[in-house]
Amino acid sequence: METKIQIEEPVIQSEVKTVSRKKVKLKGILTYGAFVGPALLFFLVIQIIPFSMGIYYSFTSWNGVSSVVEWVGLENYIKIFKNDPKFFDSFIFTTKFMFASVIISNLIGFGLALLLNAALKSRNLLRTVFFIPNVIGGLLLGFIWQFIFVKGFAAIGNLTDLSIFKLPWLGDETTAFWGIVIVFAWQISGYMMVIYIAALQGVDQNLLEAARIDGASNWTLLTKIIIPLILPAFTICFFLTISMAFKIFDLNISLTGGGPFNSTQSVAINIYQEAFQNNRYGLGTAKSILFFLVVAIFTTVQVMMTKKREVEA
Amino acid sequence: MNPKYTKYTFLLEMIGIVLGVIFLIPFYFVLVNSVKGFADILIDAAAWPKEFLFSNYVKVWDIINFPRAFWNSLIITVISNIGLVVISSMAAWKMVRTPGKLSKILFVFFVSAMVIPFQTVMIPLMKLGGALNLTNSIPGLIIMYFGFGVPLSLFLYHGFIKTVPIEIEESARIDGCSQFGVFWRIVFPLLKPITVTVVILNTLWIWNDYLLPLLVLQDAELRTIPLATSSFFAQYTKQWDMGLAALVMGITPVIIFFLFLQKHIIKGIASGSIK
Repeated sequence: METKIQIEEPVIQSEVKTVSRKKVKLKGILTYGAFVGPALLFFLVIQIIPFSMGIYYSFTSWNGVSSVVEWVGLENYIKIFKNDPKFFDSFIFTTKFMFASVIISNLIGFGLALLLNAALKSRNLLRTVFFIPNVIGGLLLGFIWQFIFVKGFAAIGNLTDLSIFKLPWLGDETTAFWGIVIVFAWQISGYMMVIYIAALQGVDQNLLEAARIDGASNWTLLTKIIIPLILPAFTICFFLTISMAFKIFDLNISLTGGGPFNSTQSVAINIYQEAFQNNRYGLGTAKSILFFLVVAIFTTVQVMMTKKREVEA
Repeated sequence: MNPKYTKYTFLLEMIGIVLGVIFLIPFYFVLVNSVKGFADILIDAAAWPKEFLFSNYVKVWDIINFPRAFWNSLIITVISNIGLVVISSMAAWKMVRTPGKLSKILFVFFVSAMVIPFQTVMIPLMKLGGALNLTNSIPGLIIMYFGFGVPLSLFLYHGFIKTVPIEIEESARIDGCSQFGVFWRIVFPLLKPITVTVVILNTLWIWNDYLLPLLVLQDAELRTIPLATSSFFAQYTKQWDMGLAALVMGITPVIIFFLFLQKHIIKGIASGSIK
């Protein structure tokens, strides 16, 4: 509290010297509170208090209905680790999904950015086209692609006779997995592309010209100059895609609903069902705390790793 | 940028156009089949419609009560946006202009909450929200968006305000302007570029959000567009003729929003992410 008031004193004091120090201090605190207070209040009530309650409830038998909430210690966590294979399956699915979709959507996004960074006549139009899927929410996208996989692919299969379009995409575990990856990449690539384009435009053209005159090939330019220069964009894009992929819910629920046979059930869906369908709130919160820890570790490790490389480069 | 348009550029242009068409194919399927009869969809989903049936739209318009859902989505998005802009810009400005331990700690506190997944907060939030009468009410949902939106909005404002010179504010202060006066009359107009970014990011998020409204709003007349669409699909499974019309209606508002403001949106997204 002390430090922040200091800056106000000179201004006010020089004007109204008669006002006592105490009053100035109080006024400073009040204005600070008036400006920062509302944001802080909403943030505390909506996120921090429930988060802390969650940590407590994860050690209880809370079922959401009964008013008796019993302290059960680590029982929920033990239950999760000992006999909840479905939860682990959902973790494995989500992790695999995250790796596949992060790699694919960043490859496509970066590729599109390189393409549109050339002097194409249609670059603005194409940029709009590639970005459109991103403004549609995951839920509606999932429904749209359910139709594409079921009816659209069948129609394309009949026209082209390509066997890949004749697979039962959402009915088989492997293809359902890749189905979600495809839709996720379709949605996110345009977003990543926009970030990569912004970074590419910041690359000094003279530098590239100089290297080209020295006989560097396009590939060398890309790997030795462009990519090292725009590593911060990779940090951002990886951070965004990792956290989006790991928390996938809407798209997952409308595209496959977790099926076939729960093979594509994400952690977010598992937690949702545990709490709101099985009414095991205590167990659900324990799962959600574990989920939080994993997300926090993943994203911190990733940011640290790419940041480190940024410094080295 | 290379100003010369070579054969190589032409080749790239062709690749770009082919990829663009591939990106748009799903929309073709959805649009074309939304005006077909159910039987025609089953026969050939890729074919151009023999006749355009708009009865699908008429039926779905009433079933999902589209005007109601649209209005709910609009009210929620607009008011949440206004509130988030007001509380985040004010807090960020005060924090930047009052350097010190408290501001620093608060900033870290706000920002580090961005790693908390929604799923970790949602279960206790529903209990707390019930106790505070925030559930099954649109104002309640908006208050929740205030809480969830603050960290990112505040973070963006904070980064931007650091680049705004302090001198203008100081001279206004000496002229006897109150702090609120200084902020709203002098500082806030200068924040317009980042306000655009904040509004765009929050609009795309809140308009498309599904899980929070699903948990908070139970009454049918409170449904947002994603909720109305999902309850339609739960009821009419595999009825693609009507389902696709529902999807077209659902995505049209946000696509129009995007096409009108695309320059700002793409710029806003890029600057919002790089900050």
